[in-house]
Amino acid sequence: MLLIPCPNCGPRDETEFHYGGQAHVPYPENPNELTDTEWSRYLFYRENPKGIFAERWVHSTGCRQWFNMLRDTVSYDIQAVYPMGVPRPATTPAAREGATK
Amino acid sequence: MNTQHLPEHPDFLWRNPEPKSSYDAVIVGGGGHGLATAYFLAKNHGMTNIAVLEKGWLAGGNMARNTTIIRSNYLWDESAAIYEHALKLWEILPEELEYDFLFSQRGVMNLAHTLGDVRESIRRVGANKLNGVDAEWLDPQQVKELCPILNIRDNIRYPVMGATYQPRAGIAKHDHVAWAFARKCDEMGVDIIQNCEVTGFLKDGDRVVGVKTSRGTINTEKVGLCAAGHSSVLAEMAGFQLPIQSHPLQALVSELHEPVHPTVVMSNHVHVYVSQAHKGELVMGAGVDSYNGYGQRGSFHVIEQQMAAAVELFPIFARAHVLRTWGGIVDTTLDASPIVGLTPVENMFVNCGWGTGGFKGTPAAGLTFAHTIATGAPHKLNKPFSLERFETGALIDEHGAAAVAH
Repeated sequence: MLLIPCPNCGPRDETEFHYGGQAHVPYPENPNELTDTEWSRYLFYRENPKGIFAERWVHSTGCRQWFNMLRDTVSYDIQAVYPMGVPRPATTPAAREGATK
Repeated sequence: MNTQHLPEHPDFLWRNPEPKSSYDAVIVGGGGHGLATAYFLAKNHGMTNIAVLEKGWLAGGNMARNTTIIRSNYLWDESAAIYEHALKLWEILPEELEYDFLFSQRGVMNLAHTLGDVRESIRRVGANKLNGVDAEWLDPQQVKELCPILNIRDNIRYPVMGATYQPRAGIAKHDHVAWAFARKCDEMGVDIIQNCEVTGFLKDGDRVVGVKTSRGTINTEKVGLCAAGHSSVLAEMAGFQLPIQSHPLQALVSELHEPVHPTVVMSNHVHVYVSQAHKGELVMGAGVDSYNGYGQRGSFHVIEQQMAAAVELFPIFARAHVLRTWGGIVDTTLDASPIVGLTPVENMFVNCGWGTGGFKGTPAAGLTFAHTIATGAPHKLNKPFSLERFETGALIDEHGAAAVAH
């Protein structure tokens, strides 16, 4: 059971949240101008790293807000939690402050 | 004091050779699919100067961790064809591999709990019949006759409204399947190299010419990727991407019991699937953990939820205990169908995306992937399962028949 530090509500059990997959994947600016290959990349391809992953979560049974997270997909250690719309932080010790295991 | 000598150690089933500096083909991943591929490369295509590279111990990945269900009751023509071919191979493999891996055709029931389930199920039975796959629709009383311990009373939240039934489906002992393939591969001269992790690929332009490993560089003409949950890691080394996401999939066993559960039962709606192994343990599983994960473990609420499902459907199981839980790494695709075919890298081929349902496909994955590697073109059975379908839109949506929540 992951213990997830919701930026609004504090640490809560994983069962209060819903997973949103890879973060920072913008909707294409001009989808009608994409080739089939480019569109398929947006629809079906996402990164799948063995290591730190920038992903989205939503606190479904709490504040219902989306946020971003850096989590290690091997150890499941949560490195950082940061608001929607903020770019992916560098993984420095300062950035890890406030993150929870 | 009398000393007694222990009996001689039994013959090992395969050698542990040092990797050679080159092979005609290299299979990356020594699990069920990698070993089956090597077997068919040697047997059907005469390619014996090949190596299977396994970063851990033989078949220690998902092949060691699955819930062993074998069936072919998938919806679409393309899926029915490849899984049914696998089932027909399962039926002859114990004799062909000269190894009794306890393949037991005890049937599989997929339960229906809502009108929607019933309609989808009857449709799938019809589709199966049209594709030559054995399938029947059962009413609750027939379900109860086949599986007396199943609760068909209508006073539970989601009562059983019926089930699809595939009589020829069943289970097998997964480790022994791997060892059966490995022994035959070794007999035919295939090198099985354990503790050998691929760290990179050598390319000449867009063509693969070699594999870099923790035990040295191996030159080769053809590479077949068979690494399930680690497929993206390998693809990235080779310079391309795959439309897969790796999730934990957990499973568990109970302690050993007298035989109480005579068949295999799966429920999408009250989500759990369970069989009882030959040795007596209940073998159970449910959906993937929702987050991406390579940790070979998941969260405990997933276990708790399937326990609730299992006890509601099989009240007698309340007496059993969870003995052990574990996890694998399943490479899921968005249409819950595999990817078996060519990659953007010339002479590199990929077999992945079987996700939560790879074990049952093992013989057909091996046969079709071997054909693809040997000839450079897909076999008729894996042609629809190409990377291209994600561009053309010719997806093969098997989320329902996959019977494992993604």
